Amino acid sequence: MSFFDGKKVIIIGDRDGIPGPAIEECLKTTEAEIVFSATECFV
Amino acid sequence: MSDYAVIKGTSYILAHTPDMILHNGTTQTMERLASPQSEYLKQIPNYLRSFDEVLSYPPNQVYVGNNKPEELHKYEKPWFDKKIEAASRYGWFGEIMPQDEFLALIKMVDVFDLVLLEKSFTNVAKKKINNHPMMTSNLKSRLKDGEDIAVIEKFIKEQQAEALYHDSKLVGCVKRAHEIDVNLNAHVIHENLISKASGVLAFLNLISKNDIDVDSIDYVIECSEEACGDMNQRGGGNFAKAIAEMGGAVNATGSDIRAFCAAPVHALITASALVKSGTFKNVVIVAGSAVAKLGMNGKDHVKKGIPILEDVLGGFAVLISENDGVNPVVRTDLVGSHKVGTGSSPQAVMTSLIADPLDKGGLKITDVDKYSVEMQNPDITKPAGAGDVPESNYKMIAALGVKRKELERKDIATFAKEHGMPGWAPTQGHIPSGVPYIGHAREALLNGDIERTMVVGKGSLFLARMTNQFDGVSVIIEKNIVGADEKATGISEDEVKKMIAEAMRNFASHLLEG
Repeated sequence: MSFFDGKKVIIIGDRDGIPGPAIEECLKTTEAEIVFSATECFV
Repeated sequence: MSDYAVIKGTSYILAHTPDMILHNGTTQTMERLASPQSEYLKQIPNYLRSFDEVLSYPPNQVYVGNNKPEELHKYEKPWFDKKIEAASRYGWFGEIMPQDEFLALIKMVDVFDLVLLEKSFTNVAKKKINNHPMMTSNLKSRLKDGEDIAVIEKFIKEQQAEALYHDSKLVGCVKRAHEIDVNLNAHVIHENLISKASGVLAFLNLISKNDIDVDSIDYVIECSEEACGDMNQRGGGNFAKAIAEMGGAVNATGSDIRAFCAAPVHALITASALVKSGTFKNVVIVAGSAVAKLGMNGKDHVKKGIPILEDVLGGFAVLISENDGVNPVVRTDLVGSHKVGTGSSPQAVMTSLIADPLDKGGLKITDVDKYSVEMQNPDITKPAGAGDVPESNYKMIAALGVKRKELERKDIATFAKEHGMPGWAPTQGHIPSGVPYIGHAREALLNGDIERTMVVGKGSLFLARMTNQFDGVSVIIEKNIVGADEKATGISEDEVKKMIAEAMRNFASHLLEG
């Protein structure tokens, strides 16, 4: 059972850090529900 | 001699436009819409810097070429309270233009009579701009005599003209170019004319500072982030030809490249390929500014009691020419690109942008003397919580080096200082993305201070809502040496000479023995 199982997840990724799709990919191994995912540019 | 294109000249300009922070920066215009009585908006005038403060700010002097990037290490961070004494407006690469002259320049590059400047303001600005060493008589004549303030006020009140301010006083406006078309409304025309004017200033500096025959330029690539067009072709373009026209490049045509902040490095690669292929001989890449980004992190700056540091518009230009055997070569065979299928994990991104071009040339991470990444000034980004962007990039490159077994883990801490630089560019989107170092790199490669640099540009394509992808491209620039083609594959010119000398000695010794 993972920490994320059964959780609803909001992802705010950073283009120069970890972008949203990369975090989404990591969460595929859990049973988390991704309700929102975006990548932001902070520069 | 190889037929790689060379970096023949560069220019870097800034325009100090404090009044545009409040009236045209999106952070402030959004705040005004959401909260007209905002405390932040009231506080802004207390956090603006004077022109002299902008001149003496160390990162700005590095941008225009009066100081080297490495010299920033002499100043303890933050830098906003540090000064370079006797700082000059004119730099080795370009200049820092004050607001009144820049407003005049916007009028001078407007060919549809959309910019109106008030009479007395025009008189003062005219005296100053007439003394500018690079303004041609054609450009000077375009300033004309100015307009009554009542006419300007009428256009703002009745036709939604965009107001122009200097020292908090109304001094002019930009009119709309169409009654209904939103692509030609006053806001868009204002934004585009500012981008054009700063691009023209960069172009003029490129020609003047590098003693270039403007008639020799046959192609111009513009790579900012603005879009000009009308309701039937929103991004029709072409800023490049408009800038070339104002710069007097009568033998040039051109086109625009768009890829968000990555566009300048795309333009650098494209221009170099055009020259290497023989299609064009002298290609200028140029970009003006992003007025919307003024004061982008202003709220955080004010909250932390520091001046609003995003108070300058940026621009740059680079001339790419045929190999002259002197200037640094652009290795268009050593290019990295973030592909559609690359993925977005930091490791995949760094492999595509850093490792791939190195591998093509048989090079190690440490064979690149300086990496020019996202060179945003940390003074601006750190108070806003975005961290030190160049430093983060250098850590990722160093980590890749450790993974490739080309660096020891302990070297990660010193990699940024040895193979990187502190950031000095204003957060003007495409302006800090890889390209700020090309001018300094050219000097360092010509002086023999470095042998090789890699320029890396990244862009946030997802902001346009057409794709979730972001983008990046990179290219290696090297010292111009005969046989540069072979060097990256393992045999240098010196080595070839040594081999020939050895063969000659062996041959001579056989003769003696015989």
